[in-house]
Amino acid sequence: MEAYKRVMAARAKGRATTQDYIDNLISDFMEFHGDRRYADDAAIIGGIGKLKNMPITVIGIEKGHTTKEKVKRNFGSAHPEGYRKALRLMKQAEKFNRPILCLIDTAGAYCGIEAEERGQGLAIAENLMEMMTLKTPILSLFIGEGGSGGAIGLAVADQVWMLENAVYSVISPEGCASILWKDASKMKEAAQCLKLTAKELYELGVVEKVIKEKEQGKEFKKVYYLLEDLLFDAFEKALKLPKEELLESRYQRFRKIGAQDEQ
Amino acid sequence: MLRKGLFRKPKNELEHRGMDQAFAQPFIPDDVCIFCSSCKNTLFVTEVKDNNYVCPVCSTHFKVSARERIHMILDDGSFDEFYTDLTSFNRIDFPGYEEKLENAKEESGETESVICGKGTIGGFETTIFVMDSKFMMGSMGTVVGEKITRLFEYATKEKLPVIGYTLSGGARMQEGILSLMQMAKTSGAVKRHSDAGNLYVTVLTDPTTGGVTASFAMEGDIILAEPKALIGFAGPRVIEQTIRQKLPQGFQRSEFLLEKGFVDAIVERKDQKIYLKNILALHSKEVLL
Repeated sequence: MEAYKRVMAARAKGRATTQDYIDNLISDFMEFHGDRRYADDAAIIGGIGKLKNMPITVIGIEKGHTTKEKVKRNFGSAHPEGYRKALRLMKQAEKFNRPILCLIDTAGAYCGIEAEERGQGLAIAENLMEMMTLKTPILSLFIGEGGSGGAIGLAVADQVWMLENAVYSVISPEGCASILWKDASKMKEAAQCLKLTAKELYELGVVEKVIKEKEQGKEFKKVYYLLEDLLFDAFEKALKLPKEELLESRYQRFRKIGAQDEQ
Repeated sequence: MLRKGLFRKPKNELEHRGMDQAFAQPFIPDDVCIFCSSCKNTLFVTEVKDNNYVCPVCSTHFKVSARERIHMILDDGSFDEFYTDLTSFNRIDFPGYEEKLENAKEESGETESVICGKGTIGGFETTIFVMDSKFMMGSMGTVVGEKITRLFEYATKEKLPVIGYTLSGGARMQEGILSLMQMAKTSGAVKRHSDAGNLYVTVLTDPTTGGVTASFAMEGDIILAEPKALIGFAGPRVIEQTIRQKLPQGFQRSEFLLEKGFVDAIVERKDQKIYLKNILALHSKEVLL
């Protein structure tokens, strides 16, 4: 049950979260709050800082480490205002020609009365549309869980990378098992069927790069060093591309998935 | 020892037959009558059909197949269907998907859960897509994404409007991540169509949820809904399980979305053709001012 082990690893306590990545990769980070429409969603951290010497915008879904943090961050499940804050900061990045790094770690967009009342579906739909034509490089990095609509709402990018133990799926293995076999405890089988591991997604052509993870703890520093170089190079290349070319290749990146010539 | 049944009434064949279930209930074949679960009336199918599949007593809008809808909305004989050769197959070896597809094809008589094409409404040319509940509850797999994307690309090239009737349980689990990717793919095509100055009208029908709500259903310039349709991101059962409380009456229905500001108007089925025609007329380049 290899796949479910990855799911467990992606959800593991103590796994690095968005805040850890920001602390280790970005210098002079300033967090900016609010969607200017309704509220600030603590499940999404957004702001600007430097990657090496390059100004970039960072947007990430934060789960938190301690119980107190987790409650504050709504366990990494964003409300519509979170996606709207993200879009606001992405538009700002476009204006100042800053690359955007999205860090994704969520079980899914929040399912609740208020989320529906404020248009969760619309908020994600708008991000999908707008991100497709945002005239600045976007790279989405999956650092933990990639739960369905809540994940893709920040993952319409020029490139999508995944940590080795991150997962990305249309539905949680538990949800899939309960629909398929009316038994949520068969999540291991479901995880296997869904093809949600980084390796499988790479083979399906859904992600461009898988980042090897060393052991957690001190060794994880190496992952940050590696990422710092890789991200810097990717952004530097993308910034040099003519905007039409950048947008065309972003469009084609998604356009080819499930296109007829594959059949 | 007493004989069993000594004091029991002797069996009477005639009496027994009189109590038979088959005689106690009137026999109503399914294809003649339907039962309206809203007003509890039994209605003749012909009567309901003639009324655009709307209950003549309480105006409940019943589900209607994609073909019937096209028949109801487009001018007679104007429909030209596209992309009929695209069919789904089991891309990620998901267990049982082939059988599911076979059953869906048999039940719906369609090859996929969306029908795309072009036609005219009151003489105005438009492209259209309509989703069908009988094909895996209108779920979006790669073929649905591909057909809708192609339709938008065609409409962009031909400078035509798109009218979309949405109905979906969401992304199709059996195609895994590839289904999820269709949300981005279709949204990209909608954006290009929109940026080129073309019109997109969506009509949300019961139910429109999940990945379809979070992509092309909510991306229309004008968003209409049928009365009392369930429209939402998460399904009501999932929300109830998450928050562990009962949802209020009318939650996630069209009227609720109208009140919250997410749809432009609720249009009854009988008025939709005229309504769409008027929208097309107002956006037509041929209209005389």
